[in-house]
Amino acid sequence: MTSSDIPSAYIGEKRTPAPSREELRARIPGWGVDLDPADRPSNPKLLPGPDTGAHWDFPERQPGSAGRERSIEHAFVTPVFGTAQPLKGVSGAIRRLAYDRFSEGRLAHWMLLVVGDRVDAVEGHLASIAGLRPDVPATGLRAELTHGGLGSRRGRVDARHHVLDPFVVGGPWLVAAGAAVLGARRVVRALRR
Amino acid sequence: MRAMTYRGPYKIRVEEKDLPAIEHPNDAVVRVTLAAICGSDLHLYHGLMPDTRVGHTFGHEFIGIVEKVGPSVQNLQVGDRVMVPFNIYCGSCWFCARGLYSNCHNVNANATAVGGIYGYSHTTGGYDGGQAEYVRVPFADVGPTKIPDWMSDEDAVLLTDATATGYFGAQLGDIAEGDTVVVLGAGPVGLVAAQSSWLMGAGRVIVVDHLDYRLEKARSFAHAETLNFTEYDDIVVELKKQTDFLGADVAIECVGAEADGNLLQHVAGAKLKMQGGSPVALNWAIDGVRKGATISVMGAYGPIPNAVKFGDALNKGLTLRMNQAPVKRQWPRLFEHVRNGYLTPSDMVTHRFPLEEIAEAYHVFSGKLDGCIKPLIVPGAA
Repeated sequence: MTSSDIPSAYIGEKRTPAPSREELRARIPGWGVDLDPADRPSNPKLLPGPDTGAHWDFPERQPGSAGRERSIEHAFVTPVFGTAQPLKGVSGAIRRLAYDRFSEGRLAHWMLLVVGDRVDAVEGHLASIAGLRPDVPATGLRAELTHGGLGSRRGRVDARHHVLDPFVVGGPWLVAAGAAVLGARRVVRALRR
Repeated sequence: MRAMTYRGPYKIRVEEKDLPAIEHPNDAVVRVTLAAICGSDLHLYHGLMPDTRVGHTFGHEFIGIVEKVGPSVQNLQVGDRVMVPFNIYCGSCWFCARGLYSNCHNVNANATAVGGIYGYSHTTGGYDGGQAEYVRVPFADVGPTKIPDWMSDEDAVLLTDATATGYFGAQLGDIAEGDTVVVLGAGPVGLVAAQSSWLMGAGRVIVVDHLDYRLEKARSFAHAETLNFTEYDDIVVELKKQTDFLGADVAIECVGAEADGNLLQHVAGAKLKMQGGSPVALNWAIDGVRKGATISVMGAYGPIPNAVKFGDALNKGLTLRMNQAPVKRQWPRLFEHVRNGYLTPSDMVTHRFPLEEIAEAYHVFSGKLDGCIKPLIVPGAA
């Protein structure tokens, strides 16, 4: 390797300078219009913003905060909060434990919320059966036929783990169905005795 | 009203729900005219975000018509055509007072580590989102903006997150004139980050993905060079070769929790939920930039720990910058860029689905079927 072949990383300057401003402006619409870092909208990081439209120092409090779950890293339930899907059932108890007992800095907080999510899904599926609109293991599968499911995936690297999806999605349903069959069989046997 | 509802991982459907009400004096209720599915919605759809409750309505990219306003609302009127940033924020707390709208402390009782977001689980506040006929919009005097007459609906809806986030990603890269910028991910955020990098003076923009149709879009839409990482034994080595063994000056990570490229990481993160997502693209960014470089992280990750290569980041003297985009802080500049044709958000739209077919829309977007880059949802179009 001659000295002129030594890559830029090993010498003081880049060997291949960037194209000229003229060349870039001719090729790229708007090249360099935000060249000045001081004239970019979020610079510096802690820039007092323009008038936000807020006409309060502290917002009026939304009614109904009593009993609402909150992170224990908050001093109180925030003055405005979401009211969608309040806590309920076993999943609600698990989630309340996560919020009441553990801060966001503790892995237990998040793992309990994940467990709550899975229990919530089971509760939801049972309710969907009772409501005569049962859930299915996965939705939107019709698109496999209408939007080129097989052809779109041909040769793609992610197809390797797409084959896992039926197991990830369908596995818990198969396990639940198996458990239900075994349970029913035991009940029938017990009744026959 | 009709609304998309979550039923558990990989399961959504459209259900009848109660109309949203004015719950706070500064609330508005907006009739949604156009919504989008964001790549980060797929993390919810796949069950990756803790405290995603059955019955939740997703959707943080939407525009619409103001249907009702609360008694303290001064800046909006019934009938206004508005675009709503994905951030819910008060405009007055310590963080909002310093422009950190995405980190507002007054709207998310469930967590302090993230602000409020429409339709993005209870971890971001427990607000139903805009993939529905109507949506509650808190702090109507702060977040929503009337859509300029000249702006199309499709440009407006893409400015509520994807375009603002992509542009913000380029900003956090601290790009200097002539820099080589690597953008990981050629989804909507990555495509806009690549376009925006040029506006900030990049000398070279390289986009990395594994989907050829998206890389083709990166070439035509963002004038970028492209690398399909599946064509190389080791994409980090290829990035070094491409940059004369220096590494890129800036990397913008626009992939997030469901990154491909390492089967073990993907399965552990995205399938088995053993970490807060698969940090493959973030690790490639750390290893693919030069020493002393800046990495901007726009990809979304969950709050559970990730296997990220912080030792390499430390030893290389990297600057890692990241946040959810404070959308409205970007808008005046972005409106100029859209009007001038420097940013062209609606060119990314590939699919339009009626709300009633949203389950198919999620499946197409999630599976990256049919050349899908950005799907829109049209309430009332069935």
